[in-house]
Amino acid sequence: MKYLERGYLERDELPPFPSEERLKKKAVAYIECPQPIPCSPCYESCPANAIQMNNINDPPKVDYEKCTGCMKCIRVCPGLAIFMLRLRDDGKGEVTLQYEFLPWLKKGDIVKLYNRKGEEIGEGVVNWVLPPERNDNTSLVRVEVDADLIFEVRAVRPAGWER
Amino acid sequence: MVRTEIGRLQEHPIVDFRRGKEVTIYFNGKPIKAFEGETVAAALYAAGVRVFSRSFRWHRPRGFFCAIGKCSACMMEVDGIPNVRTCKVYVRDGMQVRTQSGMPDAEKDMFSILDDVIDKVFPHGSHYSKFTTSKKAREFMVKRMRKFTGFGNPPKAVFSGNADYEEIETDILVVGGGPGGMSAAINAGKYGAKVLLVDENPFLGGQLVKQTHRFFGSAKERAGTRGIRISQILEDELMSIENVEVRKETRVFGIYNGEAGAYQRIDENYGKLLRIKAKKIVVATGAYERTLVFENNDLPGVYGAGGVQTLMNVYGIKPGNMGLIVGSGNVGLILTYQLMQAGVNVAAIVEAMPRIGGYFVHAAKVRRLGVPIYVRHTILKATGKKSVEGAVIARLDDKWQPIPGTEKKIDCDFICVAVGLSPTHELLYQAGCKMKFVPELGGIVPLRSRFNETSVTGLYVAGDVAGIEEATAAIMEGRIAGIHAAVTLGYGGDEAKKELDEAVREIEEFRAGPFGERIVCGLEKCTLESEVML
Ligand SMILES: Cc1cc2nc3c(=O)[nH]c(=O)nc-3n(C[C@H](O)[C@H](O)[C@H](O)COP(=O)(O)OP(=O)(O)OC[C@H]3O[C@@H](n4cnc5c(N)ncnc54)[C@H](O)[C@@H]3O)c2cc1C
Ligand code: SF4
Ligand code: SF4
Ligand code: FES
Repeated sequence: MKYLERGYLERDELPPFPSEERLKKKAVAYIECPQPIPCSPCYESCPANAIQMNNINDPPKVDYEKCTGCMKCIRVCPGLAIFMLRLRDDGKGEVTLQYEFLPWLKKGDIVKLYNRKGEEIGEGVVNWVLPPERNDNTSLVRVEVDADLIFEVRAVRPAGWER
Repeated sequence: MVRTEIGRLQEHPIVDFRRGKEVTIYFNGKPIKAFEGETVAAALYAAGVRVFSRSFRWHRPRGFFCAIGKCSACMMEVDGIPNVRTCKVYVRDGMQVRTQSGMPDAEKDMFSILDDVIDKVFPHGSHYSKFTTSKKAREFMVKRMRKFTGFGNPPKAVFSGNADYEEIETDILVVGGGPGGMSAAINAGKYGAKVLLVDENPFLGGQLVKQTHRFFGSAKERAGTRGIRISQILEDELMSIENVEVRKETRVFGIYNGEAGAYQRIDENYGKLLRIKAKKIVVATGAYERTLVFENNDLPGVYGAGGVQTLMNVYGIKPGNMGLIVGSGNVGLILTYQLMQAGVNVAAIVEAMPRIGGYFVHAAKVRRLGVPIYVRHTILKATGKKSVEGAVIARLDDKWQPIPGTEKKIDCDFICVAVGLSPTHELLYQAGCKMKFVPELGGIVPLRSRFNETSVTGLYVAGDVAGIEEATAAIMEGRIAGIHAAVTLGYGGDEAKKELDEAVREIEEFRAGPFGERIVCGLEKCTLESEVML
């Protein structure tokens, strides 16, 4: 379990990618939660039974064909480990993620994109937001990014943000 | 050196800080702005005060550490009364607060020169071996040394308080209003038992009041819900049960053969001494934070993780600009995320083990925001004169020894020690419970049955005091203890027994994963064979 030495997943530790065909149909839940921990709200919230879990400690696995992209799971995940991914016909990609920082992001905002290691990997545009007040202050933010970045972008911050 | 910006958070993504009326308190004679509902320690911190006291012997500066009344680092004289833990008293207009160990005050202590001299002449700890050759010399020196210590001054104020005495009879007394205690009270109360729940704080929720993040667990245990909301949900449920009485600001100080002694604060000048006769008692007093040995670990700016959480999430006070977190368990990881939510940067997380201790998903959350996590690293020392200005960390070899040459300087203005909690077990000891040191459970814990009854019949435990776990587990344990206590008093019947079995099964399932392994292993060492048959 090398990922526990680093705090991020490498390519070979990631769950299988949904097919390009599936990604093009509509958004799909991609879950990066590899470790057995006693947690199951994603599984319990899924109306399509797309998330498999044998017991509360079993890491969740998504059946991409069953997933309807309803976003119930990403709203509740305490680990901020679920990302909705999509490939658009125009060649752009979309990543939706949970966001809990001030200032809240709005549609049209330009954001910096970060990968799992916290490295800046480009810029994106926010094209949809579930406002914080609609989801107990966990906002959902969808960013438009280059298609090849949908498996890379895992955090966003406003354009002027400095660590 | 990092610039320290002080003051109160005006906005926060999760918490809406509702502050009380503005008041003025006096600190060593200087007026300081505060808001009703804040503790004295929090208000002083917000005003930039870092030195709260001086160490007894060598007059080293001390800040606060735990913020929940358990470490004594914040003791001052309040309105003429010495040795008051300022993190537990609330501000009031016109309040006079003075530091008590230092000349003229703790901030500018002329005796602090001792600390520099003494480090050269008598290195730390040498007073145990010096002057011991002759008894006379030792006695003389001990007397001198005690003179230097500042244990406060005799009270200068006339005590204007007033106390009543009240005897209470109840079926079940629950001590502690955290998730463990609230759950025990709810589950005993709902089957009809008469329950009294007491907590020393003016609010219920225990540790939950500062857990702004969403919780793990199953939906049934309200996973995906924020800790602060879980606290509110439990409180609402508790308040809706008629036969449950709640007394806040009531501290239990002793348990004597099934009777408990407590002090209830009614207002500034009026309190009640309570004698509580209970058929069953559930102790759910939680835990306190551990510290860690490293150079200058007593410098103001070295805080317990929970202390920082309290300051930041309960009172909305910014702990500093750049933190260093020691320990990568869930507490350290979540605190890092919470600091960033409050606009505070975190320089790094340092972990001595070869891998991250908490949940990977929590680590990933802060890692992708650029916080480095150094496993196999430890903190060697905090640097700074009157408060933390930086830290030195180093890599550890396989024998946990720092590797020379790997030292790294970290710029930070505070350090959070998040290396674990220890059960608050004093009441259990005093009540005569058989206790055992079980490292897997975080320290000294009581022997208990499967239903959480200790070796003292009718005395139950629930939550962190029984072993450091999680709020979810505390809620489950409270449910088990509460129902068992009620059932053995004749409440609930078959329905309650069925629920009890179910509750025991659920907690076993909860602990079945790798994170539960340690707990299960610890529990095996302290399970009592005899249990009350139903
Ligand atoms: C940073 C952090 C993150 C956490 N995250 C999670 C999480 O994601 N999920 C999770 O499940 N858990 C989490 N926890 C753990 C959880 O908060 C604790 O395990 C839980 O609060 C323990 O509950 P308790 O009822 O045993 O004790 P506490 O919550 O500590 O409550 C004990 C209460 O007893 C009172 N008390 C003590 N002594 C006396 C006395 N003599 N008389 C009267 N009252 C007394 C105290 O004032 C306190 O209110 C986290 C903890 C921390 C610190
Ligand atoms: S997006 Fe909806 S359907 Fe897909 S896994 Fe999540 S909850 Fe299930
Ligand atoms: S809710 Fe999130 S953290 Fe919990 S199991 Fe599902 S993906 Fe993992
Ligand atoms: S007792 Fe007040 S900070 Fe610990």
